Amino acid sequence: MADHPERDEITGRYTTGHEWDGIKELNTPLPKWWVWVFYITIGWSVLYTIAYPSWPAMAGFFNGALGWNARSALEENLAEARESRSEWLTQIAAKEVPAILEDNTLRSYAMRGGEVLFKENCAPCHQTGGAGAHGYPTLADDEWIWGGTPDAILTTIRYGIRDQDNDDTRVNYMPAFGDDWFTDEEIEAVAGYVYALSHGEAPAEGPGQTLFSQQCVACHGPDGGGVPMLGGPPLNNRIFLYGGEQDDIAAQVRNPTHGVMPPWENRLSDEEIKQLAVYVHSLGGGE
Amino acid sequence: MAHGAAQGARADGTFYVEGPVRLFVLASVFWGIIGFTVGDVIAWQLAFPALNLDLPWTTFGRLRPLHTSAVIFAFGGNVLFATSLYVVQRTCRARLYGGDGLGYIVFWGYQIFIVIAALGYVTGATQGKEYAEPEWYADLFLTVVWVLYMAAFIGTILKRREPHIYVANWFFLAFMVTIALLHLGNNMAVPVALMGGDSWTKSYGLLSGVQDAMTQWWYGHNAVGFFLTAGFLAIMYYFVPKQANRPVYSYRLSIVHFWALIFLYIWAGPHHLHYTALPDWAQTLGMVFSVMLWMPSWGGMINGLMTLSGAWDKLRTDPVLRFLVVSVGFYGMSTFEGPMMSLKAVNSLSHYTDWTVGHVHSGALGWVAFISFGALYFMVPALWKRKSLYSLKLVSLHFWIATLGIVLYITAMWVSGIMQGLMWRAYDDLGFLQYSFIESVEAMHPYYIIRATGGVLFIIGALIMAYNFYRTIKGDVAEGAQDSVPATGAAVGAQG
Repeated sequence: MADHPERDEITGRYTTGHEWDGIKELNTPLPKWWVWVFYITIGWSVLYTIAYPSWPAMAGFFNGALGWNARSALEENLAEARESRSEWLTQIAAKEVPAILEDNTLRSYAMRGGEVLFKENCAPCHQTGGAGAHGYPTLADDEWIWGGTPDAILTTIRYGIRDQDNDDTRVNYMPAFGDDWFTDEEIEAVAGYVYALSHGEAPAEGPGQTLFSQQCVACHGPDGGGVPMLGGPPLNNRIFLYGGEQDDIAAQVRNPTHGVMPPWENRLSDEEIKQLAVYVHSLGGGE
Repeated sequence: MAHGAAQGARADGTFYVEGPVRLFVLASVFWGIIGFTVGDVIAWQLAFPALNLDLPWTTFGRLRPLHTSAVIFAFGGNVLFATSLYVVQRTCRARLYGGDGLGYIVFWGYQIFIVIAALGYVTGATQGKEYAEPEWYADLFLTVVWVLYMAAFIGTILKRREPHIYVANWFFLAFMVTIALLHLGNNMAVPVALMGGDSWTKSYGLLSGVQDAMTQWWYGHNAVGFFLTAGFLAIMYYFVPKQANRPVYSYRLSIVHFWALIFLYIWAGPHHLHYTALPDWAQTLGMVFSVMLWMPSWGGMINGLMTLSGAWDKLRTDPVLRFLVVSVGFYGMSTFEGPMMSLKAVNSLSHYTDWTVGHVHSGALGWVAFISFGALYFMVPALWKRKSLYSLKLVSLHFWIATLGIVLYITAMWVSGIMQGLMWRAYDDLGFLQYSFIESVEAMHPYYIIRATGGVLFIIGALIMAYNFYRTIKGDVAEGAQDSVPATGAAVGAQG
């Protein structure tokens, strides 16, 4: 056992004289730079705790020489943001959507704001850019179930679709023709007719055509061109919310799925809904 | 080395308790591979959510605690048990207190705890506290095992035949005492059944709200500080000088940085709760204590690296030493990055992003796992009385493939984390947010793939190590391997 310091040939340092399982330790002093950086971090820390809220006492704590705290910093931040937006929002509040669309500067502001709101609130169902998905209408085309004018879009966003708690919500219910109304053969016939119609090949007569003109035209229009007032979608093109194959159409005639959309007046301000309407109107074919 | 014999310990190894240590070594390899693999599975899940498989027990939410606990407590824990019991006997020149019996009880007790905890995670029994997910019954069981472990370790120190306690043992002591304190402090909970409910497996903590959050991160940060830092510094203090065959650089530095480290670390937890409901004063203190922690952490790095003075050339020929030394480099990098990320200005960018994940893994893969690999490569020939490892070439292959994996992992997370933070706070000239959250998620996709690929490399490395151990224990030596075995290092361990 080495119980006396030995000189290490390579470093020229002496060991402490201790040894454990063959391991010895050199008696090297603390590196100067290490000590100084340690002191500097301690000094900096002391200064920081003088400047900012820090040491606790029995009741309360030291508030810091700068008087800074997270809550008022946040409030200042929010107030600043509100202030910078207020000029724009006042103008938007004062104008209807068509007027906003005509004001170039205001429209570009509303477009940016609408895009942000759309990504956070609408894209989960309608997808980025309003691309749409099965059961969620595409907003980037010129087919509108409930109308594509700025005011119609605004109304849809504000009050939603088939919301049980909103009196102004948009409502329609296509009957379930499979419930003692159409026979299976009749459902197939009308589905076949609508499928042909969507491909521009509708026959001038036949059982499908007869049933369609009796039961469907009131909501979907005489030539299947749609009735936006009633929320009756066009059937004379290949845009289908729940699928455009004949089986999909038959299923929707038999027992239709009825989608819902929340009324956004519960969550967004009037100014925000107007910005959204401007944005959605611009996506595809606003009327 | 001849010291063992000279000091009265029998050189054939029968003097020391080795059976349980061998089992801890094997368990380290086993749990390491499981923990790395589960981690990589959830990394792929982040890139391709369909891999959640729509089954409750394979979802990210349940596998993530399985991964963290498997790597920290099952892999890291078994490495700490193996090394601490190996080191304490040799540096005290004393047989383990409680002998083989106590060693085996601690081993099987700890493995049973791991299995109980893991079954809880996949079946959904959890306290919901990060890194402290096991429910009350598992916690109580672990407490018993831990007390027995401490009895074995401290008992050995008390009957030591060396006048002084070696620095590695100070660090091991700090690790086990503090972990005991943290475990008891953060797991104060009452089973629902005792409060009139009907569940014995669900419990609720005594604290709630911000007090609970503060206690949780006092625990969480010090699990890093005392489990993954102090414990593994102890490993460094034994295996680096042994493998390099050089004296420790500075005894004084080891004393000063030890006390500074354990005093400062315990206060740094609040930096996990910047800009939350935690009062400003606590956030400030958490931050300044983290900044002051920088140099005490680097004391360990300096002592580790400078111990190589006069032996740097060995890095060329000894891949085991390379693992040990590179791990100390990663340790230095992580312990600079940590204080930097605790600064509130930096934290406002980094918090909740992948940067944190990258930081953790540069510490976990680069420091904890690499020093563990180095120590395991040292101990396996020593514990199984083999002249050398089966193949140093395979060790070298493991080193490079794992290093490449880490580099892919942490650079991907740095880029994606900083990008995430910048995307979340980007405003346009009209004051609108530039990106929605989902756009930031989409932007992460390529980096998640790079990260998961890095993970695959890391696992391959661990499998190479397992194969190398299998052949070493079998007694095989690869053809031509003898020539490249360094004169010191693993071969020395076999005699020690």
